[in-house]
Amino acid sequence: MKTQPELINSLYEYTDTDLNLKDPDTAHLVINGNTVIGMHAVPGLDIKVRELEDGIDAMVTLDEGTIVKKPVHLCFGMLPESGIQRIIMNVNIGKNARISLLAHCVFPNAVDVQHIMDARIHIGDGANYSYFEKHVHSPNGGLKVYPKAVVEVGKNAHFKTEFELIKGRVGLIDIDYETSCDDGGVVDMMARISGRGDDIIKIKEVGHLNGERSRGALTSKIAVRGNARAEVYNKLTASGAYARGHVDCKEILQDNGVATAIPIVEVHHPKAHITHEAAIGSVDNKQLETLMSRGLPEDDAVEMIINGLLAKQ
Amino acid sequence: MGILTVKDLTLRLNGKLILNRLNVDFWDGHVHAVIGPNGAGKSTLASTLVGLSGYRDFEGDIEFEGKSIRELGVDQRAQRGITLGWQEPARFEGLPIHDFLRASAKDKSREHIEELLNKVGLDPVNYLYRAVDKTLSGGERKKVELASILAMEPKVALLDEPDSGIDIESIHRIFDAVKVLRELGTTVILITHSLAVLEQAEHAFLMCHGQVVDKGDVKKIRRYFEDKCIPCDHKNIPTQQLIGGQA
Repeated sequence: MKTQPELINSLYEYTDTDLNLKDPDTAHLVINGNTVIGMHAVPGLDIKVRELEDGIDAMVTLDEGTIVKKPVHLCFGMLPESGIQRIIMNVNIGKNARISLLAHCVFPNAVDVQHIMDARIHIGDGANYSYFEKHVHSPNGGLKVYPKAVVEVGKNAHFKTEFELIKGRVGLIDIDYETSCDDGGVVDMMARISGRGDDIIKIKEVGHLNGERSRGALTSKIAVRGNARAEVYNKLTASGAYARGHVDCKEILQDNGVATAIPIVEVHHPKAHITHEAAIGSVDNKQLETLMSRGLPEDDAVEMIINGLLAKQ
Repeated sequence: MGILTVKDLTLRLNGKLILNRLNVDFWDGHVHAVIGPNGAGKSTLASTLVGLSGYRDFEGDIEFEGKSIRELGVDQRAQRGITLGWQEPARFEGLPIHDFLRASAKDKSREHIEELLNKVGLDPVNYLYRAVDKTLSGGERKKVELASILAMEPKVALLDEPDSGIDIESIHRIFDAVKVLRELGTTVILITHSLAVLEQAEHAFLMCHGQVVDKGDVKKIRRYFEDKCIPCDHKNIPTQQLIGGQA
C-alpha cells in the first residue's frame, strides 16, 4: 500500500510538472478518487473538502483583496483502471482578489473511468481568476470526462481558463462551460485537444457579455486523427454597450476524422461588436511542403504542424 | 560541372503551357540568378525543381548529381540536398522559431541555432522562442526562412524573390546569408527580377515565356535591366497569347 506522498508522486509523475508541494507558500489540493491525499492552504485562501462516495465536494473561498502569489496546485486523478470520480466545486473569489490555479487531471491507467466536474464559480468585482487545466489520460481511451462550469464574472473582473488534453487518448470529453460578464468584465476561454482512434470531443462554450465594455474570447484548437470526431459549439452573446468579443475555432483533420464547428454570435446592442472565424481542414499544404522541403518526412511534418497548433501560447 | 540539369522541361498548369522545352544547367557551387519578366515561368521552374505538389507532372527530365529525380517527392529531394526559400514564407501557428530551425539543422545545438539567427540579423534573445506566425512581419519571416535554409546546409538552395518584403537595411543580411551558403559550397539559385539580387550572382539565365532566352555572366544579362528589353521579339504580351498553340 502506497503512502500519501507516494500516491501524490505517482499522480504527478505523469504531468511533467516541476512541483514543490512542500513550499509553504504554495497551496495545493490533491485528490485520488474520492480521497484527499494532500491539502494545504495559504493565508486568505480557505479550502474545505467533503469526501463523497464517488468523489469530493469542495468549497474554495478567497478573501477580498487577497493576492495569492504562487499558482495553486490542484490534482484530481485516479490510478485504478476503473471507477467514477465526481468533483463538485464551489469557488468564491472575493473582490479585488487574485489567484491562479494549475489543475492536473491524471488518469494514466484508465480503462473504464468517468471523471465528472461540476463547478460554480463566482468572481467578485475587480478580481482575477486564472485556471489552467491539463489532462493526462491513458493510451487506452477508456475515459469519459464531463467538465461543467457556470461562471459569474463581476465588474472589471477577469476570468481566464485554458483546457489542455494532448497527452494520451481523449476517450470521450464533453465540455460544457457557461459564463456571464458584468460591466468591464473579461472572459477568455481556450481549449486545446488532440483526438485519435475513436475519440469523441464535444465542446460547448457559451459567453454572455452582459455588461457595458465587457469583453470575451472563445478559442478552440482541435486535432482529430484516425476515426476521431469533434464537435465545437461556441456561442458569444453581447447585450452590453461597447461589449467586444471574438470566437475562433481551428480544427485540423487527418485520416477519417470528422470535425464540426458551430460558432454563434448574437448581438443585442447596436454598440456591441462580435466577430468569429472557423477553419476546418487538413494540414495546410504550404506549411507541409515547407517542412518537407527541409527534409522532414510527411508524417513528421504533419506532427510538427499539429503540435504547433496545440501548443500552449 | 552541372549539379542540377534540366532537360527539355515542359510543364502545363490547368492546360496552359508554362515551361516550354526548357534546358538549363546549374553549375556546382556557383551562385546563379534566374531573371525575367512576370509570368516568364521563374517561380514555376523553382517549384518544379524542388518537386512541389502540382508541379510533378512534366515532360523532360531533371537530373541531380547525374541522376533523375523526377520520381522523387519534396522530402526525398530535400534529403538529397535540394531546398526552396519561398517568396512568401509559410506561417506556423504556435511553432517556435527554435523548433522550426532545429527541424532542418544538421547541428541541433542551441548555440548553433542562436548563431543562425544572428547571421540573418535576428537577436536570439527576442526571437528564439517566438512563433513563426502572423506576429512576425514579412521581412522577419523571410529571415527565419533563410536561417532554416542555412541550418540545413543544402547542396542546392533555390531562393524565390529573396528580397521581397525586405527593407533596404535588411537586404544586406540576406546577401550576407547568400555568401555564407556560397562558402558552404551550396549552389544558390536566385529567382528574381531585382537588379540588386542579380548582382549577387556569378552567372545568370534570362527567362521568357517558359524558355531560357539568354545566359551568361551577370554583366551581360544585366543589360536586360539597362535596356528594358529582352532579346526576343515581344514585350508585355501574355504568354498564352504568344505561345498558346505551341508545344
